Amino acid sequence: MAQGPATLADGWGKYLSRWLFTTNHKDIGTLYLWFSFAMFIMGGAFAMVIRAELFQPGMQLIKPEFFNQMTTMHGLVMVFGAIMPAFVGLANWMIPMMIGAPDMALPRMNNLSFWILPFAFAILTSTLFMEGGGPNFGWTFYAPLSTTYAPDTVNYFIFGVHIMGASSIMGSINIIATVMNMRAPGMTYMKMPMFVWTWVITAFLLVAVMPVLAGAVTMMLMDINFGTSFFDAAGGGDPVLFQHIFWFFGHPEVYIIILPAFGVVSHIIPTFSRKPLFGYSSMVYATAAIAFLSFVVWAHHMFTVGMPIAGELYFMYATMLIAVPTGVKVFNWITTMYRGSLTYETPMLFSIAFVILFTFGGFTGMMLSIAAADMQYHDTYFVVAHFHYVMVAGAVFSGTAAVYYWLPKWCGKMYNETMGKVQFWIAFIGFNITFMPQHFLGLAGMPRRYADYGLQFADWNMVSSIGAFMYGGAQILFLFNVIRTIGWGEPTKDPKVWEGAEGLEWTLPTPAPYHTFAKPPKIK
Amino acid sequence: MSVRSGNGPLLAKLIALAAAMFLFAIFVLPPLYDLFCEITGIGGKTDGAYTAVSVEVDTSREIEVQFVATKNATMPWDFYPLEERVIVHPGESRAVAFYAQNRTGQDMVGQAIPNVLPNNAADYFHKTECFCFNNQPLLAGETAELELVFIVDPDLPASVNTVTLSYTMFDITDRTKVQISQVQ
Repeated sequence: MAQGPATLADGWGKYLSRWLFTTNHKDIGTLYLWFSFAMFIMGGAFAMVIRAELFQPGMQLIKPEFFNQMTTMHGLVMVFGAIMPAFVGLANWMIPMMIGAPDMALPRMNNLSFWILPFAFAILTSTLFMEGGGPNFGWTFYAPLSTTYAPDTVNYFIFGVHIMGASSIMGSINIIATVMNMRAPGMTYMKMPMFVWTWVITAFLLVAVMPVLAGAVTMMLMDINFGTSFFDAAGGGDPVLFQHIFWFFGHPEVYIIILPAFGVVSHIIPTFSRKPLFGYSSMVYATAAIAFLSFVVWAHHMFTVGMPIAGELYFMYATMLIAVPTGVKVFNWITTMYRGSLTYETPMLFSIAFVILFTFGGFTGMMLSIAAADMQYHDTYFVVAHFHYVMVAGAVFSGTAAVYYWLPKWCGKMYNETMGKVQFWIAFIGFNITFMPQHFLGLAGMPRRYADYGLQFADWNMVSSIGAFMYGGAQILFLFNVIRTIGWGEPTKDPKVWEGAEGLEWTLPTPAPYHTFAKPPKIK
Repeated sequence: MSVRSGNGPLLAKLIALAAAMFLFAIFVLPPLYDLFCEITGIGGKTDGAYTAVSVEVDTSREIEVQFVATKNATMPWDFYPLEERVIVHPGESRAVAFYAQNRTGQDMVGQAIPNVLPNNAADYFHKTECFCFNNQPLLAGETAELELVFIVDPDLPASVNTVTLSYTMFDITDRTKVQISQVQ
């Protein structure tokens, strides 16, 4: 019954159709991960263009119009193309193995939800080569910049967003169905691994808010092409409505990005501390609390639109409330490490850096949540620094840790530990050199999304650009290490790979066979 | 196979949830937002035509009403208030006018969108007649005095001494189906 996957030895046609028509969760997980890495490199290249232009004041390399397209595309590609698909890829690979299921619940839909994604991004990036250029209105695409003043290519952007939204919704439905219906007998909800828990909650968030994003771009589409005025004051609409709808999607979206990262770290830290996760059930409830609160705090992104004081206060206090469940999580990670037998392999290094830097980003988030102070910080580099601490040092560090942690399980070969550690230190130092100075720039008043800046900002911008090139270089090392591992890594047969690892996925042989858990395992 | 049979109903529920959220975004959120703004006065949105009720003019209070006229980026008209500020007593009906001229060679239609500051004054600023209730068609080169009659409600919060009424004039020629010549 168990038939191996087609390899290159079977000929190109068979090999290609294996990937095109695959319904295997491991194949689809691999596709998602490679796709997201390709997008990560592309979004990173856009970031390099931005930092190269900002290396010195004045206009050196590109035109301001193109700079705007770069900031917009960098944000869109990183959020929707790199981070989200990376975690969907990890979910595809790991969730069935963690809950003892043979595959995802809806394998054909799984195939569809991946394969429409490259088309979405082909549509989106093709606009860069069209007359009028790509989207230039910032990744938050506020109306009327994205409607009245948008380039003609905005319709491509809208359809791209529609397709990636459909992909995310299908992926999430699949994850929910898998976890609800396909757990091995005896695996109750409160026995599920943390990564599975965080993903189920994330999937519910996605099903609830991706349609709202689709609604927002649909209203834009109608305003632009069919004469409605949802966001146009001339016809009785209101551009501020756009911001409310966008952030009603956008705030849960930032937790969609970070919750799976929490899950990953909740596996890696216990493994390398050789202790079970501290406070498992409080972790579950904290995750659920964060997800719930994410729906009721959206307007803290728009303190400056002219809300009444009561609104500002409500959104301020509600936002601060999120620090409580987040603090519970950070406390649990630190307590898991406390008195553990710690070793510092690459995944653990990235996870510890995650805890430190994510907490740092959380604290700047607390500063931003103070409505009165936000009047100064709003739309400055302080905000840019804040969300890169939680997105890059949060989601990307955790994703990198996950790849190093599970790669030996996936391909049965060990990565080069020295190279991994070198990558970690370049990434860690480069990251902080890039984004720490951006706090100072923001507090000094440098606004975000401008191609040029005043001379007083010159020094820190140069430092930031040097750090960005360092961080970019670390990713090339990452790519090299992964390819080297898959091709020429030292083989390992140990099912556990890491001596402290616990969970169903580590009971399987290494490398993980193409089909696993054809018979559900028994859970104690 | 009993496990698999649960997928159908669950799938239907989740798709229904996604569809409901899409419809919620398009059909519920915008009207809800308008309603919210109307109730709270956020965004300085003023109400429609007001039917004057006889109230006693409160001569003990003087309210300064300022007028601001802005043109949207693409609007080529001249547009400004004839009086920049007036002093009124609450309850008193007052008429003012804005001047508009279409200096272009084309017949055009404009639409003025009002906004009142401070926000808590929006509910107490009543317009009995206003050019903003309709759009404003102007032939090429034509001028007009656009009239506004307003009453400041005696219930205006005591903390408010100055009310600013701002109009932004938008060019809606392309979107209006009205033939300008027929209106004239």
